Amino acid sequence: MRVDLDIIQNWIKPGTRVLDLGCGDGELLSYLGTHKQVEGYGLEINHDNITACLEAGVNVIEKDIDEGLATLRSASFDAVIMTQALQVMHRPDLIVDEMLRIGKECIVTFPNFGHWRARSYLALRGKMPVSKFLPYTWYNTPNIHFCTFKDFERLCVERNIHILDRTVVDNEHRDRWWLRLWPNMLGEIAIYRITR
Amino acid sequence: MPTSIPADSVGLVQPQQLHFDQPLALASGRRLDSYTLTVETYGTLNADHSNAILICHALSGNHHLAGYHSMDDPKPGWWDSAIGPGKVIDTNLFFVVGLNNLGGCHGSTGPNQPNPDTGMPYGPDFPIVTVPDWVESQARLADRFGIQQWAAVIGGSLGGMQALQWAIDYPQRLRHCIVIAAAAKLSAQNIAFNEVARQAIRRDPQFYDGHYYGENAIPKTGLMLARMVGHITYLSDDGMREKFGRDMKSGTLNFDLSPQFEIESYLQYQGERFSTTFDANTYLLMTKALDYFDPAASYGDNLTEALHGAQCKFKVISFTTDWRFSPERSREIVDALIDARKPVSYAEIDSPQGHDAFLIPIPRYMEVFGACMKQVGADIPRSKPEGR
Repeated sequence: MRVDLDIIQNWIKPGTRVLDLGCGDGELLSYLGTHKQVEGYGLEINHDNITACLEAGVNVIEKDIDEGLATLRSASFDAVIMTQALQVMHRPDLIVDEMLRIGKECIVTFPNFGHWRARSYLALRGKMPVSKFLPYTWYNTPNIHFCTFKDFERLCVERNIHILDRTVVDNEHRDRWWLRLWPNMLGEIAIYRITR
Repeated sequence: MPTSIPADSVGLVQPQQLHFDQPLALASGRRLDSYTLTVETYGTLNADHSNAILICHALSGNHHLAGYHSMDDPKPGWWDSAIGPGKVIDTNLFFVVGLNNLGGCHGSTGPNQPNPDTGMPYGPDFPIVTVPDWVESQARLADRFGIQQWAAVIGGSLGGMQALQWAIDYPQRLRHCIVIAAAAKLSAQNIAFNEVARQAIRRDPQFYDGHYYGENAIPKTGLMLARMVGHITYLSDDGMREKFGRDMKSGTLNFDLSPQFEIESYLQYQGERFSTTFDANTYLLMTKALDYFDPAASYGDNLTEALHGAQCKFKVISFTTDWRFSPERSREIVDALIDARKPVSYAEIDSPQGHDAFLIPIPRYMEVFGACMKQVGADIPRSKPEGR
């Protein structure tokens, strides 16, 4: 399993109800269903991913998350997860609000735009960073709302969101001790567990 | 007309008539003392009767789902694109059951069949039947085949409503429920269109208040109008534009009232063809069954409550340009199922064909449907090894 998903599954309690926003091919929900008897639903928009979920027996709902989650009842899930999708949302702040309304706690992961490689790319070349990890150019990228860990944590303070856990990993989702020294400079992906 | 039967067809098939003597109490308070259901089956029922699939038909459908009745048959059954060996509903794996619902006009007990009390066709005296009535009669059909639990109950449109009703009325008797292009109840607009269709039939002088059989008449005009208005709601604006646009039969305007645009003659052709093969009283009954369908009504108008007891896995599929039962109506079902904590998946298929899309083998639709059916197949309990 992808290392970030492994970190996340460790935070999910057995027998709980989980909503995965942008659930991909259903890998995490499939694992949680088999190993933790989790009652899970995934929202997804990519057709191939939806078929993969159906074939894996994962509950998948075709839905554009940007259209809103108003039909989902407040506090109806134990956990709401969104991995690597916050930066493609039109209004990440509203989505986080909605996630916190629907779930008792939420897990979000996103790429850190404050990573030293992004900073130096922009500083030295004067161009928007393009890398193997973030291969898009500015005009065709789905990632329209990049932020740094610091930015996200500032949003949490402004919105009264409590950070329960934070793990910072590199772009291969490995947990390295030195990332903890200066996460906003060295970490490439953050995994936050938040609540309100 | 098939010159040879395609390899992925169920081939030549014959309907069978099954008679039921146990009286059926109807939602209306009336009762059918005995009745006949016309049924077709494909594939083989396995030893523990666990591979059976029920297909519920929509407004104008019937028991003839797939294959041909003879080599002279111009067309195969109405869902031949989905049912057959190696097809999405694979008859190598599943035993597939199709029936003509009560009140239908294709051999099951209905207005055009003789009333045993009088020997004359029931006509307008045939009771109004509802979706729960049909489910009850289908449960008895399952009993007749010795099917305790369907591997899946599947339907599109009005058929999807029956599948949903099954999950509510007989939670233990199905493992999967596949609801396609349906709604949990009709909207005012849906009912309005149905009423136009009914008025067209009932105001036809050849209708004779439903007693046209004895008058040697058929309310052909009314039935044709009903079908024409219905057909408009089955297509989408985009689909019509794509297929017909403003194309004319001849290049110039005639300045008379004869049909000139292709869409006019298409609708007339569809309506006329339908009026010679379908029974007007059945059409009235089917539209009433649609209007009355509202499983949440007996649960305080709360669909979540209505679905609370369901035990099967649900799959819901809708089509983007369907405005008869739009994706939004399917999402209402999905939201209620999530709220009721039931396993559910939902796909919204991009298609220009409107409501009719559920009958068309659109590649992504078949892919999604196929993935759902793979699950249905995987959930067939392995039969116990013999002996020991």
